[in-house]
Amino acid sequence: METYDVLVIGGGPGGSTAARYAAKYGLRTLMIEKRPEIGSPVRCGEGLSKGILNEADIKPDKSFIANEVKGARIYGPSEKRPIILQSEKAGNEVGFVLERDKFDKHLAALAAKAGADVWVKSPALGVIKEDGKVAGAKIRHENNVVEVRAKMVIAADGFESEFGRWAGLKSVILARNDIISALQYRMINIDVDPDYTDFYLGSIAPGGYIWVFPKGEGMANVGIGSSINFIHNRLELKNYLDRFIENHPGLKKGQDIQLVTGGVSVSKVKMPITMPGLMLVGDAARLIDPITGGGIANAIVSGMYAAQVSKEAIESNDYSPQMMGKYEKLVKDRFERKHLRNWVAKEKLAQLSDETLDKLVDIVSEQVLTTISVEAILKAIAEKYPEVVKELEDLI
Amino acid sequence: MVELKVKTEMDVDRNLCNYCGACVGMCPTDAIWLDETVIKIHEEKCIECGFCIVGCPTGAINAEWFHGNL
Repeated sequence: METYDVLVIGGGPGGSTAARYAAKYGLRTLMIEKRPEIGSPVRCGEGLSKGILNEADIKPDKSFIANEVKGARIYGPSEKRPIILQSEKAGNEVGFVLERDKFDKHLAALAAKAGADVWVKSPALGVIKEDGKVAGAKIRHENNVVEVRAKMVIAADGFESEFGRWAGLKSVILARNDIISALQYRMINIDVDPDYTDFYLGSIAPGGYIWVFPKGEGMANVGIGSSINFIHNRLELKNYLDRFIENHPGLKKGQDIQLVTGGVSVSKVKMPITMPGLMLVGDAARLIDPITGGGIANAIVSGMYAAQVSKEAIESNDYSPQMMGKYEKLVKDRFERKHLRNWVAKEKLAQLSDETLDKLVDIVSEQVLTTISVEAILKAIAEKYPEVVKELEDLI
Repeated sequence: MVELKVKTEMDVDRNLCNYCGACVGMCPTDAIWLDETVIKIHEEKCIECGFCIVGCPTGAINAEWFHGNL
């Protein structure tokens, strides 16, 4: 039997950040990852806004940044004039295209350098609970089943989020409109503008969008995310993406060298995400932005919060719902309002016809926005089409 | 009198499965799990809601529908 202060389940950005900060706080920390290699296989579009690196004290490094873009472009269904989000106006909202596998390894290395132990190829098999408190996990490690006791467990096991469910948290997403199925090709030998990440809206990707994230000259991640509410048959999602590529000669001429797939939750902030001795972070806590589908930054932030509350709980030997509630409050204060706004916007956008979407993109692309964010775009839409964003009045 | 029943048998095509875990997160009854690189379905827990079938990004999950006497 092993004993730690903090046990982190999952070695993605949320888990590594939680482990790193917990170790920095002087807590004896173990992070486990079920796969043999941290960061692989990649399950991500690999886009990241710049601001989070500063906030989490991560120095940008060429080893994990494939490309730095000048801006983002949002195309309506007719693909005429896009909304252009220039980095000087969008600030931290626009940023990097990562080498995600290397980024995850970098964060895990930072955790290890801070003092955390890391076990790879070590899946959690079950929860250890004592008197209603999560007290550790059973883990398969080097062909043995090991019991690891911990004062606090942080579950960062991603979209699958099995550990929280095993412990008794109802973290499963039940609404089909809150689940995105995603598929992406890494394409080479294509025509792509390395300076912009591109987003394509409309019935080409119902309830979602298609993205082209350049990873450098002639290479990009070309992917689709679509709400499963709008998918009815097997392979329908793949057919949408293949059709898009077929209709774009610059992409059609290329080859794909990697297939990336995964699920993405796009719900409102969903509570509870704690129980005595357990906190969920990142995708496991359903903290992905409902409109952009971006999850890395939110995972990192929640990992920092989880480590902070772990320190306080362990120092005071208090794992009561009130103490665990401090983590939930930090998460709510940071994400709840924005997620609610973006969730409502996502629901509205999913209902709009291609014609209306084209009009909206046209209107916003005409405007000179002083700052650019989802909020600013919605405000711009409200000026001309208040009825489209009526339900968002209180949130924008 | 013949009693008609309907039964499904879930099937994972390992040639198509990318082992991404999307189905695990979609399953509302915890009936699917990813054992390293193998998707497994617990048939007794499965309620045949179809989340995993339509949500699987590669179309790897299918259901065989059987009608008739069982």
